[in-house]
Amino acid sequence: AAAMSVNADLRRERAAATFQPELLTHILDGGAERTRRRKEIEALVLNDPDFQHEDLNFLSRSQRYEQAIRKSSLMVMKLREYGIADPEEIYWFKSFVHRGRPEPLDLHLGMFLPTLLTQATPEQQDRFFMPAWNLEIVGTYAQTEMGHGTHLRGLETTATYDPSTQEFILNSPTVTSIKWWPGGLGKTSNHAIVLAQLYTQGECKGLHAFIVPIRQLGTHEPLPGITVGDIGPKFGYDEMDNGYLKMDNFRIPRENMLMKYAQVEPDGTYVKPVSDKLTYGTMVFIRSLIVGDSARSLSRACTIAIRYSAVRHQSELKPGEPEPQILDYQTQQYKLFPLLATAYAFHFVGAYIKDTYHRVSGDISTGDLSELPELHALTAGLKAFTSWTANAGIEECRMACGGHGYSRCSGIPDIYVTFTPSCTYEGENTVMMLQTARFLIKSYSQVTSGQQVTGMVSYLNELSRQRIQPQHVAARTVTMRINDPTSLVEAYKSRAARLVESAAKNLQAELNHRKSKEDAWNRTSVDLVRASEAHCHYVVVKLFTAKLAEVSDAAVHAVLTNLCLLYALFGISRNAGDFLQAGILTSAQISQVNQHVKELLAVIRPNAVALVDSFDFHDVHLGSVLGRYDGNVYENMFEWAKKSPLNKTQVHESFHKHLKPMQAKL
Amino acid sequence: SVNPDLASERQTASFCVEKLTALLDGGTEQTRIRRAVVEAIESDPVFSRENQYFQTQNERYEAAVKKAVHLQKKMHEMGWTENGPEYKYIYRALSGDVAFLLHRVFMRSISVLGSDKQIAKWIPLATQHKLIGSYAQTELGHGTYLQGLETTAVFDAATQEFILNTPKISAMKWWPGDMGRSATHTVVFAQLYIHGKCYGIHPFIVQIRSLQDHSLCPGITAGDIGPKMNFEHIDNGYLLLKNVRIPKENMLSKFCEVRPDGTYVRQGSQQINYFTMTTVRISLISDEVLTPLMKACTIAIRYSAVRRQSKLKPGEQEAKILDYQTQQEKLLPQLAAAYAFHFVNDYLQELFNRGYGEIQRKNFDMLPELHALSSGFKAVITQHCTAGVEICLRACGGHGYSLLSGLPSLYTKIIASCIYEGENTILLLQTARFLIKCFMAANAGQPVPPSVTYLAAVKHGKCPAKNKLDFLSPDIYTEAYQHVAVRLTSSTAAKLQDLIQSGVKKHDAWNQCTVQLVQAAKAHCHYIAVKNFAETVEKLETKAGIQKIMKHLCDLFALHGIFSNTGAFLHDGYISAAQMDMVTASYLDLLAVIRKDAVPLVDAFDFTDKSLNSALGSYDGQVYQRLYEWAQKSPTNQMSPAYERYLKPLLHNTLSKL
Repeated sequence: AAAMSVNADLRRERAAATFQPELLTHILDGGAERTRRRKEIEALVLNDPDFQHEDLNFLSRSQRYEQAIRKSSLMVMKLREYGIADPEEIYWFKSFVHRGRPEPLDLHLGMFLPTLLTQATPEQQDRFFMPAWNLEIVGTYAQTEMGHGTHLRGLETTATYDPSTQEFILNSPTVTSIKWWPGGLGKTSNHAIVLAQLYTQGECKGLHAFIVPIRQLGTHEPLPGITVGDIGPKFGYDEMDNGYLKMDNFRIPRENMLMKYAQVEPDGTYVKPVSDKLTYGTMVFIRSLIVGDSARSLSRACTIAIRYSAVRHQSELKPGEPEPQILDYQTQQYKLFPLLATAYAFHFVGAYIKDTYHRVSGDISTGDLSELPELHALTAGLKAFTSWTANAGIEECRMACGGHGYSRCSGIPDIYVTFTPSCTYEGENTVMMLQTARFLIKSYSQVTSGQQVTGMVSYLNELSRQRIQPQHVAARTVTMRINDPTSLVEAYKSRAARLVESAAKNLQAELNHRKSKEDAWNRTSVDLVRASEAHCHYVVVKLFTAKLAEVSDAAVHAVLTNLCLLYALFGISRNAGDFLQAGILTSAQISQVNQHVKELLAVIRPNAVALVDSFDFHDVHLGSVLGRYDGNVYENMFEWAKKSPLNKTQVHESFHKHLKPMQAKL
Repeated sequence: SVNPDLASERQTASFCVEKLTALLDGGTEQTRIRRAVVEAIESDPVFSRENQYFQTQNERYEAAVKKAVHLQKKMHEMGWTENGPEYKYIYRALSGDVAFLLHRVFMRSISVLGSDKQIAKWIPLATQHKLIGSYAQTELGHGTYLQGLETTAVFDAATQEFILNTPKISAMKWWPGDMGRSATHTVVFAQLYIHGKCYGIHPFIVQIRSLQDHSLCPGITAGDIGPKMNFEHIDNGYLLLKNVRIPKENMLSKFCEVRPDGTYVRQGSQQINYFTMTTVRISLISDEVLTPLMKACTIAIRYSAVRRQSKLKPGEQEAKILDYQTQQEKLLPQLAAAYAFHFVNDYLQELFNRGYGEIQRKNFDMLPELHALSSGFKAVITQHCTAGVEICLRACGGHGYSLLSGLPSLYTKIIASCIYEGENTILLLQTARFLIKCFMAANAGQPVPPSVTYLAAVKHGKCPAKNKLDFLSPDIYTEAYQHVAVRLTSSTAAKLQDLIQSGVKKHDAWNQCTVQLVQAAKAHCHYIAVKNFAETVEKLETKAGIQKIMKHLCDLFALHGIFSNTGAFLHDGYISAAQMDMVTASYLDLLAVIRKDAVPLVDAFDFTDKSLNSALGSYDGQVYQRLYEWAQKSPTNQMSPAYERYLKPLLHNTLSKL
């Protein structure tokens, strides 16, 4: 089946594209040189026989874990062999090896080692870093407990200092305090960085991090006082041993508390850290990665659904003619093209957030923390906004593939189950949206008290200017130019302003009624989430529009402009109520928007396949029979199915065990 | 013992839970029978689902076959029959976790499509399980669009046989349940050819496996199609036919017959085929769609009453997450939808029973309406409930992602319902076709079926609500829904006509309007659902607080629909901007009201712990202990060979190579 030529439909699609996909790929990668290097690393992995294995869909969970740990250990060796050290290049290598899936060493590499670097004293680094670097110590990061996730202050694990032996005594005092979910904790790690409430001299000093050995070096058996294991099967993450950890009077030396900032002296005296804002940095960084991950996961799903829709023929559009490609149906385009536009939008947002993070962390290292609050608010909101949208979008792509999308061979079920936890981890999305809302409300009250605000919320400044006029805040219909993205940015800006203001006013009204601030906040939280969503939506439209100015190739510019327009107009169409209610757009304008969305679908249609080709996912990475580059879908579905575990024997053993005896009896 | 956080929720119920359960079941006697069936099934260890989340595809399949076989014995023992009152509860009690579901479809298709002689021959064999049947319609290349099927059945007058073939890869049968490993026979749908002429799709009984040793018959290639998102217990299969000959008598011939000389004769009405599809679409709503949503609501709401997180008031205990407005806004509308669609299902059942009576009197007048409603509601309900289950899953945070929560399996199962028995977008377009036709007819003064008479009475008023309480009046919101449904249908009809008059070909015009047509069909169904809920509430007895709580849920269902689709209601100014603020205020107020009864409202669904099979959703609310206990049973906690094979070398030997 390997030597088949490209399906004629896909060949035609590619020939009809109006732009060169490679040029767009370069933009996504951040330059032609980056693309070249990415492909070089991709080839290193794909041509390496050590990284080949059976289709994971046919393996049990234990087997998948085994494969993952096998590949991870090879990966660590080979990264060093090839001298790959740049974080982004490591990321590429890793995602090709594991094909976009999680792996058991994720937390060792992504959390354990970095936390040692940032929070350990030089003495601690000497003791732990090299053994960890050489994988003698394999660690994880144990924060989440059974009873508490995003709300960190509620964590219940305790670390009580005993000055007589100069040790900390770690305990899991309740069932809910059992550490639960940390990746690599169940079976892989022999150490964990444990977050616990520190008690010294009879006082609770809040959460601190401790290095805790959990398994015996050599035998890998759990240490006395430690109960550790796998939390069982999940929706996805089969290759990851998410674990539990229960500690009973488990003692560790004083020197195992990470003491670069806060310290406990031998006599038990607690020394406070200088600033607690610095811990923001890591969170901001990981959340910014999720924005990029939203873009990539949605892009993969779009690639599969759009290629398949170009290959699948069904029913009739015109009487007497052959069955058309399902991509020619308006309803199919309406499902897929806005998602395609969204995937591009999120790519650009992800790149922006990454750059901003690097810029701001540069400032932080020189002591300038001024931009941190806004960046924190923005990444929290965009993490939630993009992951929610991508989560729903991946499922829409799968549904657009009909029954075959439901088969694991489509690859989309795996993309979905791997991606969907990002709505929860690193900050539950609703909580994230409310954090952004807190920043928005704060900015709003600064504006109303006469101050100017800067950055992405500066549109709030206009509210005070408008207030001089007697009419409703945003109740001036904008003269919208439907083909001009900058004009649409203005519409989104007005919507965000209006929803922030309305949430702020509702909050004030609640405060006037009730005594408690918390109650008022809770009773306004649905409005507050809406305001944050509108703010994030505005930011995405704005960033996509800004990106257009950087594109020099005329053909690519044209196709990206259409995607940007589709993204913005579809968003207006879907949220028409907000624009109507605030008087930003009239019904006639909304009808015009609805109509233009449909016209854009037809405009984008000839470039749809080229636009997903530009994402440049290798077939191995895509892991989908429906989304193959060559479009030979049906033949390969058959080949794939033959390998199913139920097909191992011609007659299944159930026949002899159950069916035959029944037939004999009846 | 029951977690005090759940116990306290139950003490303050504003209505009698047992009465509501009886209402949902359709009477106390029904409740009694259902509970007896559930008890009988759950107390039998063969039917246990205890280790389900740890099983492989092979193990799940084997367990399902074992259960199907054991069920025959059980039914005999208990004196349950296929026509008895207990029968419909068996599937629910098993949570659908049983094989040979297609065997029943096989039997039904023979009963409906077969001649008397064929029924007399095959039904007894099937009833006694001398054979196991399947139903092979869908192919690799075609699903909902049946005319496109490519399997062929060529009549050979010389031998009085049909020769069946799979002429190309896309013609391979793909997806039929029970066909991959279990079935010995299947009803194959194929294009009938006689003397070179094609007569369209017809059903044929084909034996695929030996009745002696279960090996494949000559000319047959069949197997399992591989792992899916769910339904691991079902061997969905593929089937390739190569010059398979079957006797002429194996074509199901109630409506069509091939004479020995090859003459093709059509008898009776083909319309009845529509009726079969309608039957299936309506019958799946209850077990396959409503039950998962009700279970998901039960799990998520009970868990939200047990899970405490962060503080609402300084100095107090952490708050139940159910007390957060954002959590209520996720979960309570799903609960309202579960009730709303339960009553829609009652409405459809009643309509269906009436239609069935008419058809038996050879009156097919109700068919188009029944077809349109069953298609539209199948799409709307499956889509809505699927989204609802996913919301419940995500509302449980990290623990929802564990299989032990029960939610992932509910989700991956219900989601298949959006595609099987007709892909939803196509079904909505069928409903839209009916709407447009009726709209034209109504405007031309012709009579139209009862569910669409409202299309004729286009009113141009504005919503009369003056304050937020007015939006708790069913007349006010039902009319708003009606207005939107009429507006979307009439504007799409107008656009279609404009396009056609401007010279666009009819089918092109249709394709250009499909996005709008889908919206119109959804608006129509949503309107009927709201109207039906309001009318149902009206008729309920006022005793025991039932009517009052149902009225709240009805209001919530209606206002949530407006709140989440404001554009449609604001569009022509039917609801003004100021009125929309009233809708929002009323809607948010309702959340706090229904919050108080949230746990009793899910208790009323009356699912046993075994049937929920969820560490988060049990009646006693002992969430964390159960999660911990269940996790320890996971096979991954046996010492994994991965340590010896890979981890150990990683931790020791490989260091030298680094």
